Amino acid sequence: MSPMARTAPVPAATDPAIIRNFCIIAHIDHGKSTLADRMLQLTGVVQQRDMKAQYLDRMDIERERGITIKSQAVRIPWEVDGTAYCLNMIDTPGHVDFTYEVSRSLAACEGAILLVDAAQGIEAQTLANLYLAMENNLTIIPVLNKIDLPAAQPEKYAAELANLIGGKPEDVLMVSGKTGAGVEELLDQIVRDLPAPKGDPNAPARAMIFDSVYDTYRGVVTYVRVIDGSLSPREKIQMMSTRATHELLEIGVSSPEPKPSKGLGVGEVGYLITGVKDVRLSKVGDTVTTFNKPATEALAGYHDAKPMVFSGLYPMDGTDYPVLRDALEKLMLNDAALIYEPETSAALGFGFRVGFLGLLHLEITRERLEREHNLDLISTAPNVEYEVTLEDKKVVHVTNPSEYPSGKIAEVREPMVAATILAPTEFVGAIMELCQTRRGILGGMDYLSEDRVEIRYRLPLAEIVFDFFDILKSKTRGYGSLDWKADGDQVADLVKVDILLQGEQVDAFSAITHRDKAYAYGVMMTGKLRELIPRQQFEVPIQAAIGARIIARESIRAIRKDVLAKCYGGDISRKRKLLEKQKEGKKRMKMVGRVEVPQEAFIAALTTAEAPKDKSKK
Amino acid sequence: MTPSALPLGDPAPADGILPAQAAVGAADRKFSLYAHIPFCAVRCGYCDFNTYTATELGGGASQDAYAETAVREVEFAARALAASGLPPRKLSTVFFGGGTPTLLPAGDLTRILGAAIELWGLEDGAEVTTEANPDSVTRDSLQELRDGGFTRVSFGMQSAVPHVLKVLDRTHKPERVPQAVAWAREAGLNVSVDLIYGTPGESLADWETSVRTALSYGPDHISAYSLIVEEGTKLAAQIRRGQVPNIDDDDHAVKYELADALFSEAGLNWYEVSNWSRTPEDACQHNLAYWRGDDWWGIGPGAHSHVGGVRWWNVKHPTAYANRLDKGESPAAGRETLDADTRAMERIMLTSRLSEGLAIETLSPEARKAIAGLIAQELVDPLKAFAGTLVLTLKGRLLGDAVTRALLD
Ligand SMILES: Nc1nc2c(ncn2[C@@H]2O[C@H](COP(=O)(O)OP(=O)(O)O)[C@@H](O)[C@H]2O)c(=O)[nH]1
Ligand SMILES: C[S@@+](CC[C@H](N)C(=O)[O-])C[C@H]1O[C@@H](n2cnc3c(N)ncnc32)[C@H](O)[C@@H]1O
Ligand code: SF4
Ligand SMILES: [Mg+2]
Repeated sequence: MSPMARTAPVPAATDPAIIRNFCIIAHIDHGKSTLADRMLQLTGVVQQRDMKAQYLDRMDIERERGITIKSQAVRIPWEVDGTAYCLNMIDTPGHVDFTYEVSRSLAACEGAILLVDAAQGIEAQTLANLYLAMENNLTIIPVLNKIDLPAAQPEKYAAELANLIGGKPEDVLMVSGKTGAGVEELLDQIVRDLPAPKGDPNAPARAMIFDSVYDTYRGVVTYVRVIDGSLSPREKIQMMSTRATHELLEIGVSSPEPKPSKGLGVGEVGYLITGVKDVRLSKVGDTVTTFNKPATEALAGYHDAKPMVFSGLYPMDGTDYPVLRDALEKLMLNDAALIYEPETSAALGFGFRVGFLGLLHLEITRERLEREHNLDLISTAPNVEYEVTLEDKKVVHVTNPSEYPSGKIAEVREPMVAATILAPTEFVGAIMELCQTRRGILGGMDYLSEDRVEIRYRLPLAEIVFDFFDILKSKTRGYGSLDWKADGDQVADLVKVDILLQGEQVDAFSAITHRDKAYAYGVMMTGKLRELIPRQQFEVPIQAAIGARIIARESIRAIRKDVLAKCYGGDISRKRKLLEKQKEGKKRMKMVGRVEVPQEAFIAALTTAEAPKDKSKK
Repeated sequence: MTPSALPLGDPAPADGILPAQAAVGAADRKFSLYAHIPFCAVRCGYCDFNTYTATELGGGASQDAYAETAVREVEFAARALAASGLPPRKLSTVFFGGGTPTLLPAGDLTRILGAAIELWGLEDGAEVTTEANPDSVTRDSLQELRDGGFTRVSFGMQSAVPHVLKVLDRTHKPERVPQAVAWAREAGLNVSVDLIYGTPGESLADWETSVRTALSYGPDHISAYSLIVEEGTKLAAQIRRGQVPNIDDDDHAVKYELADALFSEAGLNWYEVSNWSRTPEDACQHNLAYWRGDDWWGIGPGAHSHVGGVRWWNVKHPTAYANRLDKGESPAAGRETLDADTRAMERIMLTSRLSEGLAIETLSPEARKAIAGLIAQELVDPLKAFAGTLVLTLKGRLLGDAVTRALLD
């Protein structure tokens, strides 16, 4: 049993032999942040009274959604057998949208705690992250969490875990992030089992950036793990991908509040502040070296995060366009994965086409823009990127359906993903059926244990990116989990379906679908819009078309009555408030031609689920 | 009439003194009195007015004492107005609404009226109305009301069709209405009837029957309201549970058009979206006072008042109301003082409902820009607009709220 360390090792003068760099990998909600909290508390780096749940999840949105978006690194002291060790804990994002960031965090470590909820067992992201950890040659410590839960099945899942990583069930540690049980033993085990970092202290400095965060007060804060050599304050540094040089204004470690240090040596984890204001100048995965004695070879594994889904973002109120532009500019400083360019829509006016890592990334971005800049936004149906080859061999990349070329198309390629689905065996049939309707090709199937399978499919990204996960969840009664990664592209028979309101094409509603699904899409969209668009003073025909061919139609009858007939006996205030409410409602409408279209209509295409039928048509 | 939920507003002082703006220009404004009588024999399933049955109040005691309490508020009102710097003004109209005013003995109603006339006086030929349920009046009670100063009675007929009356929970028999109307006429009272259209299960033919039947009684005035499903009523619950079909706006529109055609044919012309009268003089002057933004004091639980851009409303429960007045305090629960913009907005909202219309010159240049579009959509009468007044067409009356919103954009 180890008390908290009395003397913490000093940064820049820490022998790599007493350093342990580790991360916690887990499926979402398996308790990574909570366990991290307990570690901070037990090691005394966060005082009891400052403790708040999910201490490291700093952004408001993270707190509200209970998810970790940006990773953070914390230096914590821990004593075993009279030796004070320095543990660097890296909390990684758990969502599939942020896989690249996870992989960089892993590359900064020698070991990983594989944390599994003892009431849930292994899930898809457990596996995905485990594969990433193994690719990075990390030593794995298997841990079952939440053993305090009455529903916990420690024996069953210990066996499953042991089976997965090839160990013995008895070696699986049992902890509860909630009560703190087993956490001290876990810290001891980290010290005993994980290898110390190795590196050449005399070689030119090489440090890997595993996170880069914009901070209003300090500018960009870059988190690094030193591999070789050392970094020290007041020394010019250089980014190896661009050879850009920066002054080093501050260097230090987080514990978890930033503490400036005399530098960082081999194996150490800390932060750098250079005064740059844009995370793009300090990208995750890049290698930092020194200007005076630069390394010649960058560390492996660097690449730009690639946006997978695109959506148009438009201000509800056209005059907010400059606000949106500035907001995106600001957000970009903090999010290297975000890309955007201006676009105009006949229906929505001026806006931006924005590329995201996934749907969660889109939602978070939109929410932050709305919240932090007081904007009211319309986001158009998300889209993947298609590569269209015209008959004259010209190649166009289409991220916006309204830019889909008409006619003269030789070939269209769509992005594909390799998906891994984990679920109890009883749901195999339902999952296969779902994947088949989504044009998936079965890659293989393995039993993880008697009652649990891993199913691998190759699927078009467009088929899984919107509502696939929700449907998977409902088809597997919540037990199914999903992970995917990009897997090249394929030729596909795709068409553009246009939606017409009153005979006029509304570019914001156009979609690219597989030819076999165009009809279903047209029927679904026209039906939904009929439900979502309120009745106007004139009839509004809604049509779906491929080129000039109409494939589905609906119509919204003209409204005939819109007046409060009853006199409220002098309660004029009530009537006025009603009117104000109606006016407020009107503000949430976008004029498309002469038609008032509510915001919800623009995200209707996000899900294929039926529109609510009981919605009264007032 | 008073709705169930009170607005949120500022606190109102116990002495009832009004903000200074209330007195500005008061000498040139008309002044009316509304008296709310919060009692009914039974509660109709669609109604959310501030009214209580004897059972709900735990006995008839508060009904017996009500006239005295109401007179106390009349006296309070006169004092508070004078203390707020308002000049003495004769009553231009008086309206007793409910609830069911005629559930109280006629003597109680005339006593309250008498107290008000004694304090303020009454303009020559002023209209004094009471609402009445057809089965809550007798030949004698109507005569007594007439003798005590009432000039007009408004009967809650609602429908002439038994199955419709049943869905509405109305207790009276259809034959009772012509009887009551005849007694009122005998007594020398002006007569109005209220109708409701669009009740679940009411066919177009049912509605035509109700309209024709109402017209056959030869009323001076008819109010026709589309049934509104108010939250929290029994009707709303029945619709939610699927026990009765939901109401339908298109059905309402068709029935409105039919009613308007039949009323005009019979010589009754619209003067407000839901009101028709035989002559302009037969239009309910008290109702017009609301739409024109005149001053009125509303006595009774939950009653609303308006004086010079200050609106306030009383506490809702009869007991709480009586307690306040027993302590000599204002029964007001809250109030709001409207700024110039809000008053302008209310004026558009209210006067655009009237056949006398809205003077276009009083509109802002932006609002005026909307008029061409409204004419193009056939919502506004073009000739009257060219002559300077905004008046709704038939189609415009049905889309009156849309017109108001267009003018306020
Ligand atoms: N009962 C119990 N609940 C836990 C435990 N650890 C975490 N939780 C709960 O599980 C949920 C997800 O935890 P969190 O740490 O945010 O998971 P993360 O998504 O992996 O970071 C939260 O509601 C926690 O309170 C535990 O050991 N026992
Ligand atoms: C306060 S009521 C008083 C009249 C009297 N108690 C009666 O019901 O006969 C005034 C009128 O409002 C109308 N009314 C009440 N509730 C209504 C509703 N929910 N929808 C439409 N009109 C309503 C009825 O026509 C009623 O006659
Ligand atoms: S009688 Fe009139 S006031 Fe009373 S509940 Fe029925 S509709 Fe409402
Ligand atoms: Mg977390």
